Amino acid sequence: MGRKFKTSYQQDSALFQNLWVKSWLAIAIVVLCVLPFVLKPYELSIMNGIGIAVIGALGLNLLTGYTGQISLCHGALVGIGAYSTALLSANLGLHFLVSLPLSGLMAAALGLIVGVPSLRLKGLYLALGTLAFGFIFEYVILHWNLTQGEMGLAVPRIQFASFVVETERHFYFLILITAALATLAAKNIARSKIGRCFVAICDRDIAAEAMGISLTKYKIMAFGISAFYAGLAGCLLAHYQQWIVPGNFDLMLSISYIAMIIMGGLGTVLGSILGAGLITLIPHGIVYLTDAFKDVWPGLSGLIVSFKLGVFGLVIVGTLLFEPRGLFGIYQRIKVYWKTWPFKY
Amino acid sequence: MAIVSREASFQLTVKEVSVSFGGIKAIQDVSLGVRPGQIYSIIGPNGAGKTTLFNCISGIYHADHGSILFDGVELIGMKPHKITQLGIGRAFQNIELFKGMTVLDNLMSARSFHMSYGLLRAAFYLGSCMAQEAQNRDLVEDVIEFLDLQHVRKTPVMSLSYGMQKRVELARALAMEPKILLVDEPVSGMNLEEREDMARYLIDINEEKGVTVVLIEHDMGLVMDLSETVTVLNFGMKIAEGTPGEISENPEVIKAYLGEVHT
Ligand SMILES: Nc1ncnc2c1ncn2[C@@H]1O[C@H](COP(=O)(O)OP(=O)(O)OP(=O)(O)O)[C@@H](O)[C@H]1O
Ligand SMILES: [Mg+2]
Repeated sequence: MGRKFKTSYQQDSALFQNLWVKSWLAIAIVVLCVLPFVLKPYELSIMNGIGIAVIGALGLNLLTGYTGQISLCHGALVGIGAYSTALLSANLGLHFLVSLPLSGLMAAALGLIVGVPSLRLKGLYLALGTLAFGFIFEYVILHWNLTQGEMGLAVPRIQFASFVVETERHFYFLILITAALATLAAKNIARSKIGRCFVAICDRDIAAEAMGISLTKYKIMAFGISAFYAGLAGCLLAHYQQWIVPGNFDLMLSISYIAMIIMGGLGTVLGSILGAGLITLIPHGIVYLTDAFKDVWPGLSGLIVSFKLGVFGLVIVGTLLFEPRGLFGIYQRIKVYWKTWPFKY
Repeated sequence: MAIVSREASFQLTVKEVSVSFGGIKAIQDVSLGVRPGQIYSIIGPNGAGKTTLFNCISGIYHADHGSILFDGVELIGMKPHKITQLGIGRAFQNIELFKGMTVLDNLMSARSFHMSYGLLRAAFYLGSCMAQEAQNRDLVEDVIEFLDLQHVRKTPVMSLSYGMQKRVELARALAMEPKILLVDEPVSGMNLEEREDMARYLIDINEEKGVTVVLIEHDMGLVMDLSETVTVLNFGMKIAEGTPGEISENPEVIKAYLGEVHT
């Protein structure tokens, strides 16, 4: 037996399983390609922020959502990617196409080290361990003369032959392509044996070991992949901002990434994208609102920063309380609703 | 010399293994030998140390002393996943399935160590990745067919009945293609029909697939029908070993079981 079923197996594990997913994907691609020609630069800059966040969130979701390992230093790993490309392209004159993977690998190398305590520590203790790594990173970039402390670093422009990537629209396409590849790779990893091992470890680590899965190998691998994604996000962010300072990569960034994957849906690729979108939009929404109310309540704009933290906190707690599967869960319910419409059950 | 050749004929040899938790001696100086192709049962009252013995074989617990040999390889000190990869499958007493996965993914995850492709191939789902996924899916389909799980293939394991989950637990262990299968109370909590199905599956696994089965079970009917050899544990110590017939007439065994009724 078996052979005759082969085609159906491949359909089973196919990337995009049905017409529903395929049609939404087609619509999304068309919209994403039209957007840069209709949106204003400010709106495009939001899209670019989302694109970079998607890459980082995909990485963290592979680690926390799939493998169940908490990390409070994802922001620091994004920072390592950013500082790597800044130093590599300014000091060594490396091309973006070289410094992009190198930034990812640099972050991955440190991610592997961060992963080592996860072999011993779980939950809260692991959270504290990763938190410590984040603080060490901040300390080092503040005090190492290569990274110029508080002043930060200028990041060279990206150039392809004589073409310079400088407008929001240029960056939009660069970020879109990178994010699309990152999504594809994440989706593939998730449906491969590696993804299954991650979920097995998350669900029941003792049983995973008894099924012949090496906890050491796959936990460390999850930290490495996750950090690689963070490094890519950091590299893009650095070139996009043209200037990076330590404050860009503090605990707040790590927490927003956690908010993204919880809000979007732990352990799903689509959830990482939805969550990255929403969490990136929230600060812009707050700015918009405080702007609208500035005549009525002038003091409001001074509170934006603390506002943002509070809103993220509320978002995390609210999601955990009302829809633990996040936006992905809501998406699934809508999908089921439409598929069975007009029948309620 | 006779002893040496007898030992050599064992696939799994447990020699004077002891484990204690704090002050409690969970098992003490237990020895046994399982020959290839056997169905070998371990029985004993609750808390006798049966599951603890399995956990020592699987490497989940570390024996205080003693030795456990599988095909001549010392298991004590080895990591659990390495022990599994030698060909020792395990179906747990308390269902330990991967809750977030479907039946199919649970079985596929038991085949991870048979797939050799790396991260880069996985990220692009190309070449050996696609080939090995398809090939292993084929083998998993055989197991699904063998244990009649076709209709629940895509069902999340959490939504299955208890009896079905037990069957998936066995299927997952079988999907590893083990040489020897450690099955811990496969029929506990099942109704009569499910028990009979399970007995049939165990016999088929043993006879058709040629897998050695080590069985822990409280259901005496099942133990007596299936096993070639039975070992009895009581308070962490081995009190008897023999054929089902010998065991059911052994006065010490009867005392252990009757004693349990009284307390
Ligand atoms: N991880 C542990 N920590 C402490 N004590 C343990 C542990 N595992 C088992 N024990 C103790 O070891 C003894 C044997 O337990 P075990 O689970 O092996 O019994 P069993 O024969 O499988 O019983 P049952 O038939 O109820 O499954 C019990 O007294 C139990 O409380
Ligand atoms: Mg037990």
